[in-house]
Amino acid sequence: MNKWLLLFLEFFKTGLFSVGGGLATLPFLYEISDKTGWFSHADIADMIAISESTPGAIGINMSTYAGYQTAGILGGIEASLALALPSFIVILVVAAFLDRFKENRYVESAFYGLRPASIAMISAAGLNVVKIAIINIPAFLEGYDLSKLIIWKGLILAVVLFAARRRLKLHPVFFIAVSAVIGIVFRFAGV
Amino acid sequence: MKELLELYFAFLRIGAVNFGGGYAMLPLLEEDLVKKKGWVTTDDLMDYFAIGQCTPGIIALNVSTFIGNKKKGIAGAVAATTGFLTCPVIFILVIAMCLTNFADLPIVQNAFAGIRVCVCVLILEAVMRLWKKAIVDKPAFVIYAVIFLLMAFGGVLPVKVPAAVLVVAAGIAGILIRGHREAVK
Repeated sequence: MNKWLLLFLEFFKTGLFSVGGGLATLPFLYEISDKTGWFSHADIADMIAISESTPGAIGINMSTYAGYQTAGILGGIEASLALALPSFIVILVVAAFLDRFKENRYVESAFYGLRPASIAMISAAGLNVVKIAIINIPAFLEGYDLSKLIIWKGLILAVVLFAARRRLKLHPVFFIAVSAVIGIVFRFAGV
Repeated sequence: MKELLELYFAFLRIGAVNFGGGYAMLPLLEEDLVKKKGWVTTDDLMDYFAIGQCTPGIIALNVSTFIGNKKKGIAGAVAATTGFLTCPVIFILVIAMCLTNFADLPIVQNAFAGIRVCVCVLILEAVMRLWKKAIVDKPAFVIYAVIFLLMAFGGVLPVKVPAAVLVVAAGIAGILIRGHREAVK
């Protein structure tokens, strides 16, 4: 099959079937890797690290990377658009449905349940980041030493940022940039 | 046309700094689109995130499509979604072309360890702000607690409950609880 068509189909499929965020694309990426050899399993592991350190979800990043490896810059763009297309279509359909049924009692009641669900998932996602940035469970489990459970530099920065956010009416991006600089100056990753 | 460009660039900005996954996008959306531009409400955002969780594709893209569509129909959806995609795609192309060991560089690792702390704080703030609007009574809190525990500590269970299933269950619970309340009245 034509490589452009194949690239499109593989990432369209990934976008269509991975429900629930970036990491849900992983099983599909492994499958593509085994089937086409466009990228290796090690490439996927590297891309998880890159995705954590660049903006954008891992699914988008991996499709860009695989597309580039297979067919150059245009390939990268094509694969990314192919990944985005299914969700784009589905959301347009859902949005049209919502507009029409917004006043419907059942739809309204469903949202009464969906909103706490939404916050719960945001909280859980936040906890996942806390587990990397502020607490260190593996280090704690090594000797059950409570002082090793907390990453002190991270906790102090978090408290300072939290206080600063309440006083300074600046855009979140300002605080992200400051945190990056502090991370570099104080070697937050320990390297 | 002017509005479409405005949408495109609003999402380009968000896509450029959206570290840490779809949910980390929420504080940025609140700041830029709810507070400054007034294009959507906080309630809209919560609905979009819940729906984005149980429809195919990446949540950040789903939310971009939703907001673009609300503002300016299908053309708006195209502008917002491509705007969001632009920076991540360019970043990875550049990295793929010149820096294969980008993620191993100490300066990159340290910078992102710092950024992750900031992402924690931003997400915590977003949760605190949304709490009052979403957790309106006791049953709503129970829905929150059950889903949070399953999502955060579901690893101890023998079977992993997919997030999409939880979202659908929460919607059904909402209909049942409200229906029951009206029946009691």
